[in-house]
Amino acid sequence: MRMQSATRLALFLLLAPIVLWLALLVILPHVDMFMVSMRERVGIRQYEYSFANYVEFFVEPLYWRTFARTAIMSIIATVMTLLIGFPVSYYIAKMLRGRMKNFLFLLCLVPFWVSELVRTFGWMILLRESGVISNLMQWMGLVSGPVEMLYNDATIMVGFIYTSMLFMVVPLVSTLDSLDDSLVEAGYDLGGNAFTVLRTIIIPHAMPGIVSGCIVVFMLTLGNYLTPVLLGGKDSLWFTEQIYTQFITRFNWEQGAAFGFLLLGLSSLIVWAGLRLSRQTLSQTMG
Amino acid sequence: MIPSIPQPKSFRVAYGAYVALFFIYLVLPLGVVAVFAFNDSMFPSLPWGGFTLDWFFNDTQPRLGLFHDPRLLSSIWTSFFIACWVTGLSVAVGLTNAFLFERQDFPLKNVLYMVMLLPLVIPGVILGVSILVFSSTIAAFLETNFGLDVFFLRPSKFLVILGQFSFIATITTLVIAARLRKFDIALEEAAQTLGASKLVAVWTVTIPYLKPALIGAAIVSFLMSFENFNTTLMLVGSDQPLTIAMYGRLREGSTPELNALSLLLMVGAGALALISVFVQRDKP
Repeated sequence: MRMQSATRLALFLLLAPIVLWLALLVILPHVDMFMVSMRERVGIRQYEYSFANYVEFFVEPLYWRTFARTAIMSIIATVMTLLIGFPVSYYIAKMLRGRMKNFLFLLCLVPFWVSELVRTFGWMILLRESGVISNLMQWMGLVSGPVEMLYNDATIMVGFIYTSMLFMVVPLVSTLDSLDDSLVEAGYDLGGNAFTVLRTIIIPHAMPGIVSGCIVVFMLTLGNYLTPVLLGGKDSLWFTEQIYTQFITRFNWEQGAAFGFLLLGLSSLIVWAGLRLSRQTLSQTMG
Repeated sequence: MIPSIPQPKSFRVAYGAYVALFFIYLVLPLGVVAVFAFNDSMFPSLPWGGFTLDWFFNDTQPRLGLFHDPRLLSSIWTSFFIACWVTGLSVAVGLTNAFLFERQDFPLKNVLYMVMLLPLVIPGVILGVSILVFSSTIAAFLETNFGLDVFFLRPSKFLVILGQFSFIATITTLVIAARLRKFDIALEEAAQTLGASKLVAVWTVTIPYLKPALIGAAIVSFLMSFENFNTTLMLVGSDQPLTIAMYGRLREGSTPELNALSLLLMVGAGALALISVFVQRDKP
């Protein structure tokens, strides 16, 4: 009897921190934010429940265009990160052995350890009008005057891919690492060429890594704030920027909360769709 | 496409070149940030004005060095303070969560585990604003009903700590639980057979076993807190943490002092990375 109450006590003591954490910092704040997004200001300190803030989103073209732009560019960034990262991951996992392999793998982790601000600052130094690449091109005689390479979509994309690369390469390397070389050899023995082996053996095997990489990269890009603001300038039109503007600059929390929920909805939808398509669960992908 | 299968030389060369190019892309931005920290010019850009250490050590405007800039130094201190709290809280909660998920059984355990993973899929900006909204709701409630003015529920260091903790705790939980899963419970039982109480057995046997994971989790939390921007931006009060202060300067356009600071951050992060690789290496 005493023993049983002791284990019950242990269970409750262990449950207390996690319940407090998730309830007070994750669940209740989101419930509250949802309530705020559903109210409309009708007078000073007077509110009514309505969908006005969500309607506003669809009525004002700037808002939904920014939203669609954010979603589409995030998808493009995810696909490009996959296309650029896959050959590199394959090279690290299958073509290299020993020290060199470990070294290059650790090198891929570098961007994680360095603050995103520092990385973005690096791109600004390289790409701005008075930057290194502009100067290099003038010195080589390719262009006659300074070239501004910041503040356009291509630059934002370069920044996204740079920031996300590690989250693609790490899961890819670990799934490709577990692919047995003899399977690839068997594919060739059975008359396959490089392309069929890639399509029928390597990619199916790497699928879990591809899915978890893509999900993480998509979410991080969608929620990114620094890269579009610093590399894209004033007209970068990113949705997180819109949320920030509503909350901090305009102090329109009702509208900002509605935007927050729309972004959350989009990111959950894509994560869910990705998991369904690949028949995986969140615990498998994250844990 | 594995070493045991012959490929045309042109293919191998092209593939190697592609990978080399990729790593140049990876290192280049960090390299230029570091190099321009030593540029003897007012701007972190070409032309190269010669080598100088002014951006670290000079003590007069306009070429104020990092170690004599009170605003930046105090924001480093703010970030350090926040990171210490976040690390302590996240590792402690991660440890109790690891024991909860690995050792206990209770109804809805899987649901709780799923909810625990959620902070990883919620964008940081939204975590930040939701906590901002909720804390101001509580503050308004306390003020209208009890006439209390709870200052720490307004954007402040306190809220930044809570905001960062809300997702970093998930990461520490995953890291510590992964290590606890590998622990052989027989060792703990042996300690109890030899007369230790349950708590003493956990403290003297299990916790030392978890030490690499605890240190690793602490390093990762410290770094993620120190470098966090999105969540912090929404909750920041009057004391600016380093990332917010740096962001302000980046927008204004800055002297190479910012490069000196970045270099310092890279060196610090590199040192922490080395420690974590060293600690987590499994001894044979």
